[in-house]
Amino acid sequence: MRYLIRRLGFFALTLWAAMTLNFFIPRMMPGSPEQALRDRFSKGGSVVTPEQLRTVLAEFGFDPGKNLMLQYVEYLKSMVTAHWGVSIGSSLGVPVTQLIGDALPWTLGLVGISTVLAFALGTLIGTIAGWRRGGLIDGIVPPVFIVTSALPYFWVALLLISLFAIGNNPVLPNDFNYDQGLSPGFNGEFIGSVIKHGILPAATILITAVGGWILTMRNNMVTTLAEDYVRMARAKGIPNRKIMFGYAGRNAFLPNLSGFAMSLGFVISGTILVEYVFNYPGLGYMFYNATVSTDYPLLQALFLLVTLAVLICVLLCDFAVFLLDPRARTKG
Amino acid sequence: MSAVVAGASAPVSSAARRPRGGLLRAILGNRKAVAGASLLLLFILLAAFPHLFVPWLHGDPRAIGDVPLEGPSGKHWLGTTGLGQDVYAELIYSTRESLLIAVGAGAGATILSVLIGVSAAYLGGLADDGLSMLTDIFLVLPTFPLIIVLATYAGKGNLTVIIIVLILTGWSYGARQMRAQAMSLRNRDFLESARVRGERRSYIIVVEVLPTMLSLIVANFLGAALYSVLTAAGLQFLGLGDPNSLSWGTMLYWAQNQGALVNGLPAWALSPGLAVALLGVSFALLNYAFDEISNPALRPVRRRRAKANS
Repeated sequence: MRYLIRRLGFFALTLWAAMTLNFFIPRMMPGSPEQALRDRFSKGGSVVTPEQLRTVLAEFGFDPGKNLMLQYVEYLKSMVTAHWGVSIGSSLGVPVTQLIGDALPWTLGLVGISTVLAFALGTLIGTIAGWRRGGLIDGIVPPVFIVTSALPYFWVALLLISLFAIGNNPVLPNDFNYDQGLSPGFNGEFIGSVIKHGILPAATILITAVGGWILTMRNNMVTTLAEDYVRMARAKGIPNRKIMFGYAGRNAFLPNLSGFAMSLGFVISGTILVEYVFNYPGLGYMFYNATVSTDYPLLQALFLLVTLAVLICVLLCDFAVFLLDPRARTKG
Repeated sequence: MSAVVAGASAPVSSAARRPRGGLLRAILGNRKAVAGASLLLLFILLAAFPHLFVPWLHGDPRAIGDVPLEGPSGKHWLGTTGLGQDVYAELIYSTRESLLIAVGAGAGATILSVLIGVSAAYLGGLADDGLSMLTDIFLVLPTFPLIIVLATYAGKGNLTVIIIVLILTGWSYGARQMRAQAMSLRNRDFLESARVRGERRSYIIVVEVLPTMLSLIVANFLGAALYSVLTAAGLQFLGLGDPNSLSWGTMLYWAQNQGALVNGLPAWALSPGLAVALLGVSFALLNYAFDEISNPALRPVRRRRAKANS
C-alpha cells in the first residue's frame, strides 16, 4: 500500500512541477507576455484599447501590478479547476476547453490506438525473437528494428506520403481527418473516410514506435531465459509455450511496462510532428498552431494536458506492475 | 526512490564484465558496431571537409541559382530548391551543424547525467532523495512540448539555445542509469580499499568510479546524441530553429514550406530526412553494439549455442 501512496505522491508532485514550469517560463523569458500580446493584436490590424488588453491578460492570469506569489496561487487554482481562459490565437475568444475538447477525441483515437498497438505488437515480436535465440527471426529482428527506431517520425511520414498519397494514382489521402465534403455522423461512409485518413499517420507511429519495444523486450527475454526458474520449468517438462509466456515472458514484461510509461513522452513528441505533417486536427497539430500564433493560454493548457496524460499512463502502468509483480507489493 | 525500473537493457552489473584492453577488437568483431562506426566516420568526414565532396562549388552553398524547383539532374544531383539552390551542396554543408548539435548536446547531457546520477548515489540520504525525485520528474515531463514552449518564449532559437534546451531535457534517462550503476558499485571491494587508504571522495569518484562506468557513459552518450539529432531536426522542421542556418532540419523546413512533395520533388523533400535518419541509425547501431559488448548475454548466438541450451 505504501508503494501506491508513494506513486500518488509522485503524481501530484510532478503535476505541480509542470504547472510551476508553465507559470514561470513565460515570466522569466525575455520579452513580456504583455508585449507579445500587443504585437499579436496589432498584427491583425485592429487597434487594442488598454482595457481590452488588460481583460485578456487577466484571463491569462497575468497582472503586472500584482504580487508574483499571489498570481501564482491564483494561477494554480484556475489550472486545477479547469478555468483555462480563452484562446488569443487564430481562434480568438473561443474557450480553451472547447478547443481542446474538439481535438482530443482525434488524438486519443489515432495516437492511443496506434501506440497501444505498437506496444502490444512490439512486446509479442520481442518475446518470440528472444525465445528463439539465434533463430531466423532473431537474426533479422534486431538490425531491422534498430534502424526503424532511429528514424525521425516526420521523415517516415513524408516518405509514406510520397509513396502512397502523391503521384499519378494516390492510394490514400495525406491530410485532415476525414473527407471535407462529408458531414460527421455515425454512418458507413464517414467512418470509412476516418479510417482511410487515419491509416498513414497510424502507420507512421507504428513503424517508428514498435522498434524500441521489440528491442527492449527481446533483451529482457534473453536475460530472463538464463534464470534458474526457467531451467527448472524446462526440467519439469512444462510445455514450451507455457514457459515462454507464463514464466519468461511474464517476468521480462515488467521492465517493458515501466518503459512504456517512460517512453510515452517521446511518442507524444513524435505525434506533434506526425499530426503536423498530415494536417491532422488533433492536439499535436493544435500545439503547433498555438506555438505559431503565440497563443499562450492554449499552449499552457495543452502542455498541462499532455503532462497529465503521461502521468496518468505512468500511474496506470504502476498499478499494473503492482498487480503483476508480487515483489512490488511486498517491498512497499 | 520510486519504483520505476530503468530499462533492463542496461544491466547494472555489466561494467564488471567489461572486456579490458580488447575494446577496439570487440568493436571490430561486432558487425553492428562496424556498420555504425563507418557511417559515423563518413559523417565526420562530411562535416570536416565538405568542400571535398562538392569540389565544383565556390562560395556559398546557399547561393541562389536561376533554375528553381528542378528535379535531379547531372548538374544538380538532388535537384534545386524553390530559390534555385543546389540541394546536394546544401545537404553536404549542413552536415557540420547537425553533427555539432548531436555531439554537443549529447556530450552535455551525458556530463549532466553523470554529475547528477553519481552524486545522488554517493551523497545518499536526503540529497539522493531530492536528486532522484528531480530525475524522475524530468523523466516523465513531456520534453518535446516543453522544448517547443521554451523555444516559443525564447524566440527563434539559435544554435546555442537549441543545444542548451536539448541538454536540459535530455539528461534524465541517463542520470537514472548512472545512479543505479554507481549504487551497485558503492560497496565493491576496490572502492572499500580506496576508502581505507584514505583517498579523498573526489579522487575516488574520478579515478576509481568513472573509469569503471565508462561503457555505460559511452552508451549513454550515444543514446543522448541520437535523441538530440532527432529532436533538433524535429524542432527545426517545425520552424523553431534559425531559418537561415545550414542544417538538415532547416532544409526540411524550407522543403515543407515550399511544397517540395506537392511539386513532385521527393529528392529534395526526403534527402535531408534521410541524412538525419542515417546519422541516427549510426548512433543507434553503435549503442546497441555497445550493449552487446558490455553484456555478452545479448550477443548474437553463433558458437555459444550449446551452452545456452544446456
